[in-house]
Amino acid sequence: MTAAIEVNAVEKSFGNVAIIRDLNLSVAKGERHAIIGPNGAGKSTTFNLISGYIKPTSGEIRLNGEVTSGLRPFEINRRGLSRSFQVTNVFARMTVWENVRCAVLWATGHRYAFWKNVDNLPEVKQRTAEILDDIHLSHRRDVPAGLLTYAEQRELEIGITIAGGASVIMLDEPTAGMSHAETERAVALIRRLTEGRTLVIVEHDMSVVFGLADRISVLVYGHIIASGTPEEIRGNPKVKEAYLGEEVD
Amino acid sequence: MSNAVTPAPAAAKQESGGALSFYGVWLIAAAALVVLPLIFSSGGSLTSFSLIGIAIIFALSYNILLGQTGLLSFGHAVQYGLGGFLAVHAMNTVASHNWPIPLPVIPLMGGIGGMAFALVVGWVMTKRAGTVFAMISLGIGELVASSSLILRSAFGGESGITTDRTNLMPLFGWTFGPQIQVYYLIAFWVMVSAIAMYALTRTPLGRICNAVRDNPERVEFIGYDPHVVRYLAYMFAGFFAGIAGGIAAINFEIANSAYLGATQSGLVLFSAFIGGTAYFFGPILGAILVTYLQLGLTNVTSVWQLYFGIIFIAIVMFAPGGIAGILMKHRPLIRAGTLGTVIPSYLVAAIPTLALALGIILTIETVARFSGGDAINLLGIPFVATAPTTWAAAAVLVVGGFLVARITWRRVAEAWDRAATVARDRGYLA
Repeated sequence: MTAAIEVNAVEKSFGNVAIIRDLNLSVAKGERHAIIGPNGAGKSTTFNLISGYIKPTSGEIRLNGEVTSGLRPFEINRRGLSRSFQVTNVFARMTVWENVRCAVLWATGHRYAFWKNVDNLPEVKQRTAEILDDIHLSHRRDVPAGLLTYAEQRELEIGITIAGGASVIMLDEPTAGMSHAETERAVALIRRLTEGRTLVIVEHDMSVVFGLADRISVLVYGHIIASGTPEEIRGNPKVKEAYLGEEVD
Repeated sequence: MSNAVTPAPAAAKQESGGALSFYGVWLIAAAALVVLPLIFSSGGSLTSFSLIGIAIIFALSYNILLGQTGLLSFGHAVQYGLGGFLAVHAMNTVASHNWPIPLPVIPLMGGIGGMAFALVVGWVMTKRAGTVFAMISLGIGELVASSSLILRSAFGGESGITTDRTNLMPLFGWTFGPQIQVYYLIAFWVMVSAIAMYALTRTPLGRICNAVRDNPERVEFIGYDPHVVRYLAYMFAGFFAGIAGGIAAINFEIANSAYLGATQSGLVLFSAFIGGTAYFFGPILGAILVTYLQLGLTNVTSVWQLYFGIIFIAIVMFAPGGIAGILMKHRPLIRAGTLGTVIPSYLVAAIPTLALALGIILTIETVARFSGGDAINLLGIPFVATAPTTWAAAAVLVVGGFLVARITWRRVAEAWDRAATVARDRGYLA
């Protein structure tokens, strides 16, 4: 079975500085995979490489077996990968409803259509309503996204990410800046919404990571030093030394 | 500031009656266009209405770029002008071959011209938004405008190319010689274009245009290429600008380099911005106001452009949402029934504000006419520019008006806050 995501010997340098060195990562289909690592380890850069936001200097990235390194983000998105952003990245002047609907349009095949009334597309309407229901924002549907509370914006961010029905979902620190209660809610949401899909998540909150992930990869200085089940990672001396320390014990 | 204009869920739920009032608005607009020349039937009004109609289509087409897609163009007159030239050539060709094509079809040729140009240059132009697009649009605008003076066979040099709209075949006995017939031709195209442009905003492409305006980066991660979206928007904007240019060519029976120039590009930016780019109807209000000001101010003052500048600066600074923005800010108050608590403060503020405005006008006119010119006629009172009493009056109005107005403006803000709080409590404001 081909992996959902396969990263082979990817390097990324900005000028002379190598941010990512010999990155190898394999995420099986249907797996919940967490990437952890200290600040500046290159977690977000890894996300940006896989989602096409930046191009690798060398190496190869595959999505469901197909080479995607070098493709533009929208081309990768159309092949079934969707990502969220660490800093909330929504359409601020558009309503919650419109935010989600925009994310539904391509996947439902309406593309650049300028001959259809967007309000008369039943499957778009239904799917948007479902997503809003899923992210608990139905009651805020007509509020511009820029006016939502922070936690609500984070939920909308997840909603936009999953709306297109991508098979691979990548979430970049979805619970960053949330309170404990909000985090719990968000984790339950993520668990439910990514059911049956492949999930790659970057997270700092270790309780979230160990509670959610099937497998964990530890990234240090642009290189993955260990990859395995939560138990394996917990027991790995290299990981303890490099990063986790007393946090896990 | 922005949170004051947001309708809350409770207010936005009233959708069932929406369809009726929606079609009602268009029907009223159509009826108004039909009836207007019957009420104001003088030649001057007909000319004004015709110019306003052209300006409305042009400004709406501009807003496909600025308001809908977030593209600031400094060269939108290029498509307008090329549409005009193509329409003139089309009219002359049709007339000389006696083809059975009636005049009302000609604006379509203008539209095709505007779109064709956008098709050719648009892909490179729309690669980036922001400053890059603005600069390229400025460059293309200057390039085409200066080319129009050099390429004499196509553009007729300084004198332009003339035509005679009555040489085309009559339609139902209409020759389109009289201005009233031209007015109805324009009114027809205003309705068709406005409906088409509104419909465009309600399509998947139209919605994604808004998304590109808000956040082009994120659009790439929901499957869309923002470059393609901008390119398509640019072509549609070019199409409708070309229609406006084609109508202008019919109206004036000439196309010349002034159609294409920076002045024309600036004027449409001005109209759209003053009207308000955030709402579909904003540029319509802007086009009406700017055309009227242009026609009216040129008769009373030689420095009318100065007033344009002041109005523009005032709008940018104090009401960046334009006229439409100001109007729509009041909608939640009307729904919550608290508008009445704000009106008195407006009336009080109006008096010193008006005094301040008069003082500024008096100052400007004094400076403008100091070294010769007619006496200044302000509200029927004659002022002599060289008289110290005039200077004193101007100073008193400006300083006194400002000092008093500042207090009343604060009152307006307070009254507004109270009304907004009530509206928020009643669920009409988020």
